[in-house]
Amino acid sequence: MNISWYIALSAVLFSIGAGGLVARRSPLVMLLCLELMLNGANLSLVAFARMHGDGGGQIFALVVMVVAACEVVVGLGLIVALYRNRLPIDIDELDHLKDPQKADSAL
Amino acid sequence: MITAITPILAHAADFAEGARPEDPAMWGWILLLTPLVGALILGLGHRIWSERVAGLIGTAAIFLAFGAALACLAQLLGMDAEERHVLSGFTYAQAFGVDFRFDIYYDQLAVMMALIVTGVSALIHLYSMAYMKSDRGYTRFFGYLNFFVFSMLLLVLAGNMLLLVIGWGFVGAASYLLISFWYRRSSATRAGAKAFVMNVIGDVALVIAAYLLWHELHTLTIPTLLANADDPFTVMPTATFTAVALLLLVGAFAKSAQVPLHTWLPDAMEGPTPVSALIHAATMVTAGVYLICRMHPFIEISDAASMTAAALGTATLLIAATTALVQTDLKRIIAYSTMSQIGYMIAGAAAAAYSASMFHLMTHAFFKALLFMSAGSVIAAMGGIQDVRRMGGFKKAMPFTYIVFVIGALTLAGFPLLSGFWSKDEIISYTLHRGGAFTIIAAGMYIGAILTAFYSLRAVFLVFHGDPAPEAKELEGGHIAHGDHTNPATGEHEDTEVGFPGADHHIAEREGEMKVAMGTLAFLAIVAGFVQIPGVTHVIEKWLEPVFEDSRYADSIPSVSAQWIGLGVGAVIAITGIAIAYWAYMKNRGVTERWTERFPRANAFLLNAWYFDWLYDRVFVRPVAAFAVFCNKVIERFVVDGIVVGTTTLVKDGAERVRAAQSGLARAYALSIIGGTVVIALYFVVVGK
Repeated sequence: MNISWYIALSAVLFSIGAGGLVARRSPLVMLLCLELMLNGANLSLVAFARMHGDGGGQIFALVVMVVAACEVVVGLGLIVALYRNRLPIDIDELDHLKDPQKADSAL
Repeated sequence: MITAITPILAHAADFAEGARPEDPAMWGWILLLTPLVGALILGLGHRIWSERVAGLIGTAAIFLAFGAALACLAQLLGMDAEERHVLSGFTYAQAFGVDFRFDIYYDQLAVMMALIVTGVSALIHLYSMAYMKSDRGYTRFFGYLNFFVFSMLLLVLAGNMLLLVIGWGFVGAASYLLISFWYRRSSATRAGAKAFVMNVIGDVALVIAAYLLWHELHTLTIPTLLANADDPFTVMPTATFTAVALLLLVGAFAKSAQVPLHTWLPDAMEGPTPVSALIHAATMVTAGVYLICRMHPFIEISDAASMTAAALGTATLLIAATTALVQTDLKRIIAYSTMSQIGYMIAGAAAAAYSASMFHLMTHAFFKALLFMSAGSVIAAMGGIQDVRRMGGFKKAMPFTYIVFVIGALTLAGFPLLSGFWSKDEIISYTLHRGGAFTIIAAGMYIGAILTAFYSLRAVFLVFHGDPAPEAKELEGGHIAHGDHTNPATGEHEDTEVGFPGADHHIAEREGEMKVAMGTLAFLAIVAGFVQIPGVTHVIEKWLEPVFEDSRYADSIPSVSAQWIGLGVGAVIAITGIAIAYWAYMKNRGVTERWTERFPRANAFLLNAWYFDWLYDRVFVRPVAAFAVFCNKVIERFVVDGIVVGTTTLVKDGAERVRAAQSGLARAYALSIIGGTVVIALYFVVVGK
């Protein structure tokens, strides 16, 4: 099968993820979108590995999965911490670093 | 760590299986390890043992060690006179081409020292069983004492410089632990720290000396070193020789409390009295004399070093003897007399009178331990008070203590036919025989002798004669004064819990153990001199002869008649000193107070021990303390705080500024990243075409 189909699917996945990341305000959904982008990239890595007939790209895909797992752990941890501190679960409201007074009142 | 322990375990296992029953040093190993086993049993089981059992374990361990030392003596006696030395051990580590060996070596000298150490220690353990009875740290005390004896034996039996240094350091640590035994007394902990610091100066010197010896002679084994010391084919630069000799002397001087490293010894009297008797009179402080005798070829090689040692030894004996004249603390009087007597030994050893010095070391161990034990009994009767001006008239209340104290004081004074008479005058006649500058040294020794006779009898007259103190009267009525518990140095009030002295006091008249220990030592103090009477008996000289036959002054022996003349002069001097003391404190009581009033400056000078502590305080302690304050106020406050606070301020201010650049909208950041990436990708696509 032609490699371009894979590339196309990968690009579509990546774009859906990127669009979602920009458009959605819930951090949970944004994490899902990040996964989508990473897996789009993974797909093209695996496709190229298949085309060249060596395992390098597949190993890279595995590494990306590990990194993605770590990123989810950190991200979910952040979300739980936000929830516990009764901070808004809305990415647009979370601008405490910019505004010191808001940060003081939140803590 | 494991690799270091494995050979030891293997060795122990061999030993246990009887695979090496032929180990030539079997009794030496038993001698060394018995006190260690005792210390471990007491230390690990200190919650289990009742006080009685702990005292018995500790004392039994040292009596066993004394038995093993006797067995070593018997073993050497069974050999030919020239072959009397045993070296045994094993390698526990190898690195940098050096074999680190655990060797024990004993010859006539080491066995003699081991016998003195274990013999006097055993009696002092016995004494402590009664004397420390009411002290709350009883088991700990015996654990420390056993550890001390082990360290001392390690030092004495060390087969190489490395073990010698280890033993040297352990002894210092044991001394620290025991001086600070009453650890809630701030004066005691301070004295312990002072002793430890000054001892470490000696340890460091000894380490450097060991390194220089290894560097030049490529061995650390003591018998090999001694054999090579005089080898004309061994190329050893004279400067290094002199450095080794001087460093060994610094080690010896720090441990033996000689000028200028002596100020710790009087303060060490803060420890319990049995500790003063054992460590700070009879054994540990004589280690320096032992070291000089052990390493004598290296001292002799440098005339500068031996002359320095003789001069400083004489200076010490005179400074200490004059200081002892006016001291008011009973234990300090005896402490200064210890410094003074060790000055004799050091100066004698520097003048190559080795067997005479070892002889005096032995007799001194007997009579000085005896004096401290008797002083302990008197202090107990005073309820802990140590000031001789408060004492008086104890003769009737404490007849036993009186008799043994007088024996000890007369022996110290060099009264004819008592042991100190023979040993001190042997040192002096050997020194005089060397001639030249040593004549001055011998003259200094005679001056010291008359001072010694005076101050030792002064203590007797002040404590036991004159009007009875209230405590003495009370004791005659059958009550021991208990007083309120205070620190005799500062007068601070104390309780009797652990960390302070116990509630009750124990005197020799009422405790069998104390009587046995003191009676034995009194007997030895009287008779020990008869082993070495010029022209009659030569036990110690003959016994030690093979050890010192390689000395270049081995043939420099004063004639019998010269020795007897010396003894005659010594007897006259001793009796003169005693007579002056009798005149000043019995016939004309109060005359010394008038002298004190007339010469207040001289009195203050001697009372403050020639202002050495004052000088060291100004030269070392205060500058260091001032430097520490400077570091706190300037370096800590401005430099360190400046760097830390500066960094945090920089980050804070920087963040304040950069903060304005952000919008706080995470989605906008994501968009700009994606958009930026797209723009870069498009650029490459366009350029790539």
